[in-house]
Amino acid sequence: MLILAKRHLEEIKRHAEADYPHECGGLLLGHLAAEQSKTVIETFPMENTAAVETRSNRVLIDPRALMLADRQAREKGLDVIGYYHSHPDDEAVPSQFDLDHALPFWSYIIVSVRGKKAVDWNSWEMENDRSKFNLESADIV
Amino acid sequence: MAITILIPTPLRQFTDGKSEVSVEGGNVGEALNALTAEYSDLRKHLYTEQDVLRNFINVYLGDEDIRYLDGAETSVADGETITIVPSIAGGNIAAEARSSDDLPELTTEEYQRYSRHLILPEVGLEGQRKLKNARVLTIGTGGLGSPLGLYLAAAGIGTLGIVDFDIVDQSNLQRQIIHGTNDVGRPKIASARDRLNDMNPNVKIEAYETMLTSANALELFREFDVIVDGTDNFQTRYLVNDAAVLTGKPNVYGSIFRFEGQASVFWAEKGACYRCLYPEPPPPGLVPSCAEGGVLGVLPGIVGTIQANEVLKIILGADGILLDRLLLFDAWTMKFRELKLRKNPDCDLCGENATIHELIDYDAFCGIDLPAEIPAIEEITAAELKSRLDGGEDIQIIDVREPHEFEIAKIPDAKLIPLGEVAGRSDEIDPNRLTVMHCKGGVRSAKAIEALRGRGFAGRLINLKGGIAAWSDEVDPSMPKY
Repeated sequence: MLILAKRHLEEIKRHAEADYPHECGGLLLGHLAAEQSKTVIETFPMENTAAVETRSNRVLIDPRALMLADRQAREKGLDVIGYYHSHPDDEAVPSQFDLDHALPFWSYIIVSVRGKKAVDWNSWEMENDRSKFNLESADIV
Repeated sequence: MAITILIPTPLRQFTDGKSEVSVEGGNVGEALNALTAEYSDLRKHLYTEQDVLRNFINVYLGDEDIRYLDGAETSVADGETITIVPSIAGGNIAAEARSSDDLPELTTEEYQRYSRHLILPEVGLEGQRKLKNARVLTIGTGGLGSPLGLYLAAAGIGTLGIVDFDIVDQSNLQRQIIHGTNDVGRPKIASARDRLNDMNPNVKIEAYETMLTSANALELFREFDVIVDGTDNFQTRYLVNDAAVLTGKPNVYGSIFRFEGQASVFWAEKGACYRCLYPEPPPPGLVPSCAEGGVLGVLPGIVGTIQANEVLKIILGADGILLDRLLLFDAWTMKFRELKLRKNPDCDLCGENATIHELIDYDAFCGIDLPAEIPAIEEITAAELKSRLDGGEDIQIIDVREPHEFEIAKIPDAKLIPLGEVAGRSDEIDPNRLTVMHCKGGVRSAKAIEALRGRGFAGRLINLKGGIAAWSDEVDPSMPKY
């Protein structure tokens, strides 16, 4: 279960709409709580470093920038608890590519953007055996 | 003192919730082995079944990515910190199936046709539906493109794009088995399409009768899931590689020369690209083409089927594709060898600080001078020829086809001089009369005109556009087409 504030969702949607027709990506920083629940404290937009030609259907985040973001979060007492990205003109459903690059436990928020408007979103969690994603329930507070 | 490994949140469930683990080890590989020895469930998330670090797992020693140090061999001192950073990547591909629900169903006929695939657990029904859903683009329908196209069509690839602009020549038939003797003189793309349709009518063939260029490659590549390079020159090889990297597609590479073949999968998102291996082309003329150096006819059959094999595995999501591996094959000694490739972090195209962001002029890059303009050949349409003959104009018509073709259909009053005899029998053509040359489709007669000109023939020679086939279309529909 993912707990996030309405403002976090708005930040994510705004990032997705601003980068349309390219994909965007960023981190969800927060805390772990009991029973596998995660609370978002901050969103952290990252730069999409995929080749320009592929940015409409790919997002890649520079690993070094990630390492530094992870370090900053740790210094603030936060953890990376998930990651968001957008699917321009496509559904808020993970692709095989998403599955190939996923880890268990993290929350994967996917925002569907159609014609510069964020129309749908879902949070997903990967099955431990890497076989598939399951919809994760999200509490907006 | 020991080495500290920082564990990312998703993996802490495998380290009893610890965000940091202390281990001993002389280098990064040993430290990670110590970590996964203690927490064995962690291993499958960090390493593939082949025991190599998953491509989306980055390992930093201090501030440095170990890929730019000595990899797993990078030595570590007590007190240093190793950070495991999972890459973040995501993507949507319209053609990419999210779940089996989105994959196309098989028809009853397809169940029968693919039954030997369906009973393989590695393919199965879902795999066959993935193949049906896939869009594969093969560049060239020559030596490599022939077996590639045939096996991919037979395997049930849903959409097969083929690109070629050449004409089938007698000298192609020794290895380009997608074309037959009756296809000589036809555009390769038409001949290949017919053969592939016959091989498997379920496959949608998208035929592009064009030369692949910097102007059209990106647009074309975006429409497909996998690109297969079946070309025979460096300009196109770099063009295919660059366009594949820029559009994020896997490039299944093969090349042949005399008795030696090479194959690999270049896929910048997962490993090395062709430029990581060869940043620059060899000087022009150093490596002869098949036309100059010759090639054993079976060789492209072997290399092309290896490429087809890798295409299927990529679509099926198999492990062990030819990624970061260059397969070398010598048909004469019958030996396979393999070289390990590494993604070059300084690659101009796919490296960290890439300088190439668009396609370039590949002829210039490969030091090729463009050939001088071939003098244009004058042409006439069948309808115009008919009306000028009807108007009483004195025109001699020379048919350069073979006698068996002449028997099937002939234009009235045409004289038969097969292409192979034209040069030796040029004295039978009156240079003082206007001459129209024709064949079946217009290619052989153009060659005949070039041959006559090359021998200094003085008369005016005009090519019948579209050959006798056009005559049948435009003038006399009762004339049999073959």
